[in-house]
Amino acid sequence: MVLSKPASDSDLTMHATSASRYVRDSLPRYEMPENSIPKEAAYQVIHDELLLDFKPKLNLASFVTTLMEPECDKLIMESINKNYVDMDEYPVTTELHNRCVNMIARLFHTPLGESEDAIGVGTVGSSEAIMLAGLAFKRKWQNKRKAEGKPYDKPNIVTGANVQVCWEKFARYFEVELKEVKVTEGYYVMDPAKAVEMVDENTICVAAILGSTYNGEFEDVKLLNDLLLEKNKQTGWDTPIHVDAASGGFIAPFIYPELEWDFRLPLVKSINVSGHKYGLVYAGIGWNIWRSKDDLPEELIFHIKYLGAEQSTFTLNFSKGSSQIIAQYYQLIRLGQEGYKNIMENCHENAMVLKEGLEKTGCFEILSKDDGVPVVAFSLKNKKGGHDEFEVSEMLRRYGWIVPAYPMPADAQHVIVLRVVIRAEFSRTLAERLVHDITTVLHELEKLPPKVNGEGKEVHVNVEENWSNGVASKRKSDLETQREITTYWKNYVSAQKEIKRQKIMAS
Amino acid sequence: MVITTTIPDSGEHLDSTFASRYVRTPVPKYKMPANPIPKEAAYQIINDELMLDGTPRLNLASFVTTWMEPECEKLMMASINKNYVDMDEYPVTTELQNRCVNMIARLFNAPVGETDTAVGVGTVGSSEAIMLAGLAFKRKWQSKRKLEGKPYDKPNIVTGANVQVCWEKFARYFEVDLKEVKLSEGYYVMDPVKAVEMVDENTICVAAILGSTLTGEFENVKLLNELLTEKNKETGWDTPIHVDAASGGFIAPFIYPTLEWDFRLPLVKSINASGHKYGLVYPGVGWVVWRTKEDLPDDLVFHINYLGSDQPTFTLNFSKGSSQIIAQYYQFVRLGFEGYKNVMENCLENARALKEGIEKTGLFNIVSKDVGVPLVAFSLKDSSKYDVFEISGSLRKFGWIVPAYTMPPNAEHIAVLRVVIREDFSRALAERLISDIEKVMKEMETHLIRVSTKTAHVTATVDETQDGDDGGKKHIKKSARETPEEIATYWRQLVARKKTGVC
Repeated sequence: MVLSKPASDSDLTMHATSASRYVRDSLPRYEMPENSIPKEAAYQVIHDELLLDFKPKLNLASFVTTLMEPECDKLIMESINKNYVDMDEYPVTTELHNRCVNMIARLFHTPLGESEDAIGVGTVGSSEAIMLAGLAFKRKWQNKRKAEGKPYDKPNIVTGANVQVCWEKFARYFEVELKEVKVTEGYYVMDPAKAVEMVDENTICVAAILGSTYNGEFEDVKLLNDLLLEKNKQTGWDTPIHVDAASGGFIAPFIYPELEWDFRLPLVKSINVSGHKYGLVYAGIGWNIWRSKDDLPEELIFHIKYLGAEQSTFTLNFSKGSSQIIAQYYQLIRLGQEGYKNIMENCHENAMVLKEGLEKTGCFEILSKDDGVPVVAFSLKNKKGGHDEFEVSEMLRRYGWIVPAYPMPADAQHVIVLRVVIRAEFSRTLAERLVHDITTVLHELEKLPPKVNGEGKEVHVNVEENWSNGVASKRKSDLETQREITTYWKNYVSAQKEIKRQKIMAS
Repeated sequence: MVITTTIPDSGEHLDSTFASRYVRTPVPKYKMPANPIPKEAAYQIINDELMLDGTPRLNLASFVTTWMEPECEKLMMASINKNYVDMDEYPVTTELQNRCVNMIARLFNAPVGETDTAVGVGTVGSSEAIMLAGLAFKRKWQSKRKLEGKPYDKPNIVTGANVQVCWEKFARYFEVDLKEVKLSEGYYVMDPVKAVEMVDENTICVAAILGSTLTGEFENVKLLNELLTEKNKETGWDTPIHVDAASGGFIAPFIYPTLEWDFRLPLVKSINASGHKYGLVYPGVGWVVWRTKEDLPDDLVFHINYLGSDQPTFTLNFSKGSSQIIAQYYQFVRLGFEGYKNVMENCLENARALKEGIEKTGLFNIVSKDVGVPLVAFSLKDSSKYDVFEISGSLRKFGWIVPAYTMPPNAEHIAVLRVVIREDFSRALAERLISDIEKVMKEMETHLIRVSTKTAHVTATVDETQDGDDGGKKHIKKSARETPEEIATYWRQLVARKKTGVC
């Protein structure tokens, strides 16, 4: 006789995850749990909490790629356990990196022979790339000043106030002064004339942006080059240029090939570009290319014997994954120049569709240019309705869209914009849907009490002067109720945000 | 009547990849190709070339994790398109990072209350973590010196000569002088006494390593703390300690819980650990934790309005993937304290088995200690006939990557082979490695016997010249050694040629 025994409570492997005790326990937040749990349970509970993150593809705030082909995903997964820095163990991966550098260098018209190796490096993003480029300029300038017997303790860098935060980080962490050219209303990028004026003997380089974060505009690098050449002739300082082409580097070569912004201009000594923006790769890859060996001081390069083999390295990060580098190479050979061009043309087309849809509503002013990075930056024409761009952004979230609102840089901080980035995966259908949802949001906002008056200041309740007493008292209670509700909701949301912010700041 | 026509060369999409023209054309290397190719072809071409990379799991040179559970890989793939820095858009992912920081801080006995948020950050690796920690020390020291009205242009950092290259990078890129305590034969880590001697008023911190890259040894942080506390009392300089626990941070708490090396020591102000080493996550995540808020100068933290909301950031990298952070949290929740302990105990056991197997050959000296990172570093008892570099080369034939390298100054005459025992290095693999090492050693010996019998014959005929003619004697010896040397040199040059090019 076979004695059958029913599975007991303790037979954890029998339970469906939702039936198990693991979904009753709260996930640990402060201290590592004592015991292990089954992998299925671990997967499920974490996966479920992550459902509350927003959807990457609807994150219209970001330039960073959110979709790649399944074949590429496969390659990514297969190389997820390869530590890129083990160059001796993974020579093919290293080779793919070098091929990417060569291809990108030639895209930027680096003066190279046909099978000459370019000078460049893959990084984790444009932040690292910019820090490396900045370091190279700083060291070169210091060496020059030492040779001249002049002081070298106060280096500075000239940029526009519209620079991305990584330049400010570079300045602060590497002790270089940041001299910012302020922008003005209607002109939201760095003015080359003002920039060149600010250049002095301590300037290690002037940084121009190809694709400003705020409105996607390309700065006039050619004009900067011409003006700086003149000044260099007069002063003999030999100040170079760096182009931050984080966004523009994978756009301009394909749809604006005649635009001279790269190494065709003699003063441009290094260029950075984000592989994970219009390079069409997932987050985690950037590139920095130098014009020639002379532009990268040898003393910054480390030749090390790590794990037994000799490697030369000029990066801030050391161990890191190989997946994004392989993915970049995949994209470069899969799409080729024609493929990238087609994608950029599509993006541009969809950006125009969105722009026209917004213009048709009659409520918005468009602050982005047609040329440049495919973004649409827009602000409310007038604040007569008493609402601002932040409210529009907030309400769009309810429909699933993330469209950020933010002020322009100094000295145009009073101008607030909403900005939609058109990535490769933002189709025409989505563009039309967004216009539809924005229109709906505008209608809804009209029904709400004003948050701001004509001058953009918060409105304080003072209704009596406009109404006769009888009507006023009736109206006031309706209005009052509405106002109470919205104020309550707004306070609740900002309180939540404040809690979150404090948590983040503390960590 | 249906007229059928054959369509020549039409449906390219019908060709199986290996029948298509894409495998006939040379792979683009210097210039971006003008035209696109089908995604299947792109996948195949790249996948095939990558087959010639080493096998990650057989890469015994690396501490970095090469295997994770499929459930975790699923989570990683699902979050591969999340840009970590978009904190407002991915609040749960940000929250998971914060939880990891909290857990790691408490693992290191940071003085935080039960529900306090710890001060720390996830990075791309220990390199970034160390640079951030170093920056914090540098800025704190500069502020202190400015207040005292003293010069602050010559900061330095005291470490052992056994530090990993990222400290040298930090020193060079951030213009801090590196004062290295030299090693000596038999003592391959930083000597706390010598280190404290080197400390001066410009020292921003002393960096100790928990798990030296070369031998896996833990430095004596407790002794360093005691000696430095004394010196600080005399000098009033208040020099702090940083512990580089890249490897050891996820080992010591589980199997050496009584070892005092972390925030239990009052002078330790920050600790870094690699999530991708014994944190058991794929490459791309590190952690740095500060003792308290005061140890992280606020002017280094950026509060920015990026993409529309306030985001505080203290990292060198900005945009990056979220997968590894989520994977780290998965491991903490999945394994728990118990799980990590079990994994580490297994590693130690397998390391012991490997060590014994190597000792049994009678040809090696074990240089690594039993306590520390589970690795086995060993040198040849007799390096006159062949060296560890040749053994390393021969082991590659069997598929193993076992690195060989010389020690840093002042022990450069010692060369070792080193095997790192990771989670996925099972006992079966250990036994296989031992047997392959034995094979290699046999090969080395047999090869030499063959050469030396030839030499013996030659030597016999020139015996008369041995004493008098130095030149002649040297010449004979050279030919016995020449052949294996030539082979090794040829192979070394071949490998070196592969490594030219950009960094």
